[in-house]
Amino acid sequence: MAFCAIFVPDFLLQAAFRSEPALRNRPLVLLDETAPMFRVIAASEAARQLGVTAGLTKAAVAEFPGAQIRLRNREQEAAAHSALLDAAWSVSPRVENTAIGLVTMDGAGLTTLFGSYEEIGLQLQSRCLDLGLYVHVAVSENLETACIVACAHRGPTIISAGQEAQFLKPLPVDLLAPSEELAEVLRHWGITSCGALASLPVLSLSECVGQEGVRLHAIASGKGKHALILAKPAHEFEECLELDDAVEELEPLSFLLGRLLDQLCARVAARALAVRTIRLKFELQPAFEEAFDASREVLRVKQPAGTFHCLLSLPRPTQDAKLLLKLLRLRLQDKPPNAPVQKLWMRADADRPLAVQGGLFIPVAPDPDKLELTLARIASVVGENNVGSAELLDSYRPDAFRMQKFGAAGVASQKAVSVASAENSEELHKAKIGFRYFRPPLHAYVDLDEGQPARVSWKGNIGKVVHASGPWRLSGQWWEEHSWHEDAWEVELSFTGKTPLSGTYQVVFDVSQKKWFVRGCYD
Amino acid sequence: MSVSSLRLHVESALAGRVVSPFRFREASAPEVVPTGIAALDELTGGLPRGCLTEICGPPCSGKTSILQSALAARTQATEACALVDAQDGFDPVGAQQSGIELSRLLWVRCQRINQALRCVDLLLHGGGFGLVALDLGDIPARLARQVQLNVWFRMRRAVEDTSTVFVVLAQETNAKSCASLVLRVEKEATAWSLPTQKTERHAVHTLGCLLDGSAHSAEMVRSFLRRQKPLSIDRAKNYEPAGTGHFQLSSDQQLKEKELSETEMQTVEIFEKRRQNPG
Repeated sequence: MAFCAIFVPDFLLQAAFRSEPALRNRPLVLLDETAPMFRVIAASEAARQLGVTAGLTKAAVAEFPGAQIRLRNREQEAAAHSALLDAAWSVSPRVENTAIGLVTMDGAGLTTLFGSYEEIGLQLQSRCLDLGLYVHVAVSENLETACIVACAHRGPTIISAGQEAQFLKPLPVDLLAPSEELAEVLRHWGITSCGALASLPVLSLSECVGQEGVRLHAIASGKGKHALILAKPAHEFEECLELDDAVEELEPLSFLLGRLLDQLCARVAARALAVRTIRLKFELQPAFEEAFDASREVLRVKQPAGTFHCLLSLPRPTQDAKLLLKLLRLRLQDKPPNAPVQKLWMRADADRPLAVQGGLFIPVAPDPDKLELTLARIASVVGENNVGSAELLDSYRPDAFRMQKFGAAGVASQKAVSVASAENSEELHKAKIGFRYFRPPLHAYVDLDEGQPARVSWKGNIGKVVHASGPWRLSGQWWEEHSWHEDAWEVELSFTGKTPLSGTYQVVFDVSQKKWFVRGCYD
Repeated sequence: MSVSSLRLHVESALAGRVVSPFRFREASAPEVVPTGIAALDELTGGLPRGCLTEICGPPCSGKTSILQSALAARTQATEACALVDAQDGFDPVGAQQSGIELSRLLWVRCQRINQALRCVDLLLHGGGFGLVALDLGDIPARLARQVQLNVWFRMRRAVEDTSTVFVVLAQETNAKSCASLVLRVEKEATAWSLPTQKTERHAVHTLGCLLDGSAHSAEMVRSFLRRQKPLSIDRAKNYEPAGTGHFQLSSDQQLKEKELSETEMQTVEIFEKRRQNPG
């Protein structure tokens, strides 16, 4: 059995680089988020060359020209660590979430899939790089040895069985993460390397420093007995981005959304999953009017920022970041946030990708991804509630229906109907007279003759009733507020002159309103 | 430059874009699908795929019924269809009774003609639909006439070489030469089960007088599939074109009446007799 350890050097910096790739070659300085004394907790190589060291205050760092100062963002760090786990899960299902920036996985049986352990290590480094993380990889039969060597060497480092102590020998004892008391004792003894610790007699060490010393001794000798604790893979992916300056326009906002979507889709694809739902949350900048108290002429401190939520559900899971970006853009064009955006969260619920195989005898159907985009574009033209397929309601009320989302997946999935049966069904249905609604119904004036409509007029057109059928009395829902009660007539109207309106119409007397309406015509 | 070298030069310039530029290719006849009305299928041969079909006529002429029949045929053949409704006049209840599978019909409810044209353009370019219908039936003819010809050209080009049937309903023909098939329909008569009943009391249910259906005529104004011979001027008077057909539409009430049991029909007859002879 072999264990692979994946370690992210300068994890805090890499998490920041992952969110802002433009900072990679610039002197980046990360400050602790604890106010009011912001101190440096990490500095990039370029910043260190300028002279920035850990522990400096924000005011001191500000004196270095060109230094890019950022506050530590724990959400970005959590997202980077999740990406690291996703990279590990893309290779093996047996993964341990060892520590922040350190992941261990079981490499047993992977050689048949990926080749030698060195190739597995290179594969892991490549996959992590795709997710924006530069990592060290070490493979060993001892889990702790793999972790310590990964922290020290760039790799991929392959440690053969029995060679653990030899690899650990020159490494500093601080990599074993001793407690402060034990570290002090070891410093007094002059023990600085793992090799020196491993050379100490175990019994004497146990008497002097207790069980912790014994445990570290075993680790330093390459004989640790830690077992892999498996992590449970999550199907939710989250990324966030905090902006220095709030963004108001859709164009720069979509650029940022594209970056987040690229990161999310890369993580989802690494897990061989696809995005089913995208949840977007914006933290909005409070308006100046809200921040400024006119009565006291003072600026309020820490105004609660408003939030904006947006949900995008897909009928078929996808990994296409460009498609998702287009859909989100259309959604935001319809309902934009009402204030500049200063922080973005994006969360994706993933599902297994659906594989659909085409066939010669399957009728044409729109491509689900393309259809989703087309529907979103149409919705931006006519409104979201005006596009879809009609679903009839269980009611006797005329024109009782509601709109539901049109899904070509359902259309395409119904493959069982053979072409022959479909052709037969064409012969079965008979041509019926169609009805065309006037929405909303047209207000009309009706002259009655012995209780029957004799003349109907609307919009200046006066039609003489040639035939009438009715009244068809309809009522319902009298127990509710929106009750309806009407007498409907089907009338054949004849118009004089050149008006091409002669035909059969349905006129309705609304009993509750005491008014006549023309509901539609038979066409 | 000789002819052969010129030909070689043209062929090499168009290489990769046009296969055999000097070879004459006869346009193949498009595949047709039935409208669901036998008389119309006999007249037109069916609705051509990859072409623009116009069905025009005044209000109540029967064009909506033809469209619903075609939609029913396509959705029952498990094809996805789309209806862009320029004035939001579609009747889903009646459509389902006509045989349309509503779950396979994308209904776009527009309020203006510009919205409808934009949506049709998106749908045609998206592709994959068996039938796309643009219903301009309630749009006044003077407004529909203002749609520029290049819009219809663009739509015809979008639907070309696809398996989509594109149907436009309007009061008058607008697409001109872009349409491969143009049908003009008119209503000839409405069928009622009984003459007008005069009821003395309001709200008495006149079961005897029902809307049975209507008779319509269809004239094939243009068809690329079945070209007509030119009409001479002296024959134009009192001439019924060869491309004319007649069809009938039935109402739901007529069908319901047929479904009534004998006992119920006897009750209706007794009711009618008593009403005619109250004594």
